[in-house]
Amino acid sequence: MQRRVIFKDKALPYALLLPQLVITAVFFFLPAGQAIWQSVLRQDAFGIRTIFVGFENFSDLFADPLYRATAWTTVVFCFWVTVLAMGVALLLAVMADRQIKGAQVYRTLLIWPYAVAPAVAGMLWLFLFHPSFGLFARLIAGLGIDFDWKLNGGQALVLVILASAWKQVSYNFLFFLAGLQAIPKSVLEAAAIDGAGSSRRFWTIIFPLLSPTTFFLLVVNLVYAFFDTFGVIDALTKGGPGKATETLIYRAYIDGRVNLDIGSSAAQSVVLMVVVIALTVIQFRYIERRVHY
Amino acid sequence: MLRRTLLTGACLVAASLSAAPASAQQRTEIQFWYGLGGQLGERVQEQVRRFNESQDRFTVVATFKGSYVETMTGAIAGWRAGNPPHIAQVFEVGTATMMAAGPAIKPVHQLSSETGVAIDPAQYLAGVRGYYSDTQGRLVAMPHNSSSAVMWLNLDMLERAGVTEPPKTWAEVREAARKIRAQNPQACAMTTAWPTWVMFEQMSSIHNVAFATKANGFEGMDATLNLTDPFFVKHVNFLLDMQKEGLFRYAGRDNAADPLFPNGECAISFNSSAGRARIVADAKFKWASVPLPYHHDVTESPRNGVIGGASLWTLTARNRTPAEYQGVAEFFRFISRPEQDQWWHQVTGYVPITVAAYEKSKAEGFYTQNPGADAAIIQLNRASPTPASQGFRLGGFVEIRNIIQEELEKAFQGQQNAQQALENANRRGNAVLRNFERANRS
Repeated sequence: MQRRVIFKDKALPYALLLPQLVITAVFFFLPAGQAIWQSVLRQDAFGIRTIFVGFENFSDLFADPLYRATAWTTVVFCFWVTVLAMGVALLLAVMADRQIKGAQVYRTLLIWPYAVAPAVAGMLWLFLFHPSFGLFARLIAGLGIDFDWKLNGGQALVLVILASAWKQVSYNFLFFLAGLQAIPKSVLEAAAIDGAGSSRRFWTIIFPLLSPTTFFLLVVNLVYAFFDTFGVIDALTKGGPGKATETLIYRAYIDGRVNLDIGSSAAQSVVLMVVVIALTVIQFRYIERRVHY
Repeated sequence: MLRRTLLTGACLVAASLSAAPASAQQRTEIQFWYGLGGQLGERVQEQVRRFNESQDRFTVVATFKGSYVETMTGAIAGWRAGNPPHIAQVFEVGTATMMAAGPAIKPVHQLSSETGVAIDPAQYLAGVRGYYSDTQGRLVAMPHNSSSAVMWLNLDMLERAGVTEPPKTWAEVREAARKIRAQNPQACAMTTAWPTWVMFEQMSSIHNVAFATKANGFEGMDATLNLTDPFFVKHVNFLLDMQKEGLFRYAGRDNAADPLFPNGECAISFNSSAGRARIVADAKFKWASVPLPYHHDVTESPRNGVIGGASLWTLTARNRTPAEYQGVAEFFRFISRPEQDQWWHQVTGYVPITVAAYEKSKAEGFYTQNPGADAAIIQLNRASPTPASQGFRLGGFVEIRNIIQEELEKAFQGQQNAQQALENANRRGNAVLRNFERANRS
């Protein structure tokens, strides 16, 4: 039987929804609409002269081999950031969930990095891994590796992936830990009595029961990797060397804010908007079906 | 947080109440956004304080807005939102963008005639004035902090390697670098900050090779880049060879190489003459600054270098009062006074912007006490500018610089050779110029 709440007055429900609707309109629909409008224009930096160019900003973009290369870098980057951030967090959460001394201390320490702003995190990593004065960079160089990510695109990409993933581990850790603690102990104990080893218990009971958390984190992490890693990239590599660490969002920023090409930047953000909508639809359509709530 | 805000508010009210009786009339506030951090930023604050104490009608409020790029884009965003600062410091590569901004800016010559505050263009050094004047020779932006690139030498490291004379040519630089590496195989022999500015813009100027057609863009927005010129191919190949030999370390874009000289890591560095303030404060070794090297097989008499640094732009707004423009003009006149400019030049390492300040510094023996402090000035003034050495007026120059840096990085990684790097940079840079031309044609 379904319970329904019926308002006698038509105005009240709308009034209750209004704050949320206003916020969505002002902070989402308005800027999104502006981006779409800007993407068919070409303007000088000050916005004094405006020409309508139709879809030219988009066709320029797709004809640019560098844009396609950046799209590919973004795929690689997002994949590894998500896999690493979630994998490490799950591992840590499983370990912190055990009965150990000082578990509270470990948990607090593991949550810390989340409080660090992306740009600050980038600076921290810069100081640790700077090819000439970074502490870790010297250790790596001591191992006989020619470590210079200012000129080695592969190393630079690994570095921004690690820094970005590190930033997100805490967040994932919190949710995984909460998810683990929500799993009824009786189920696990029953499995243990039936003779299931710890890895078998993990893969047949814990992991499936965690799937709502995992699914939620997958969405959040992909969005994070797509949009929120810009500060780390800017502080560490600025997209270089060459274009080795340039992601789609970073290019949209550079073209819009540094190169003052608002039209192209707007076109790029429209492309990103479409990508994210598509990703979300795919996730909810196909992956959510496999999730047990 | 709230408490702190309230506290600050209370302090401000208290301050304004106590300040009000002191001056009979209300001081007009002038907002000034700048993009210099560290020691140089402190000097800007001091410069503003000097102006504020010199008179009682205007208060200039200087605000640090981050890097040059952030300051410029912040000012533009401010103008678009109807709330720009009165004065924005814009670096030299933003000059063409600002000049094309029409109603958003008030050129210095117009500001001067409207407010009646005389700002005589002839008092400024020719190389500085030319960079910021329009095609009719009228001053558009106010010269503020002009530098030039110089070669910084760690004399202790050079001495240990047995190099006694400062290198003058690139061949001598390579010889010196080889000796440094022979003495200490781990040493960083040579690096450069601002790779595009030093290795392309300055080099094209002192070798009198055009960077772009149409007199580097001065004669029109339809200029095209000239990066595939054999000279640039030769110079990039020279750098690539030095890198392969382990003599040259590429330390990153823009000012990423800044710390490598003052911290004693690299023996030879190319950087702005304005690095002086930091080097005086940090370097624990004997050092010298000398003019940039040249390729002796290209020219025996190197021409003038070009300036870098930034200038001050007056931004318009709908609600600007004549008094506010008056304050801006007074500030401009104040910082152009010989004694103010001389102070600025001597504490920062920027070149003097006025002839009078240079003559005064020379007469008072500043350069004999501080050898090398005039390297940049000598380099700027040693020849009269030609169309290829008078500076650059290219739209989207920030982007073009980054494109060159990206293509160089690919070459340094061994992904392409010098010719390919320059062809790519030329093609991509020209696309930027065409876009700018299209968006700014009136």
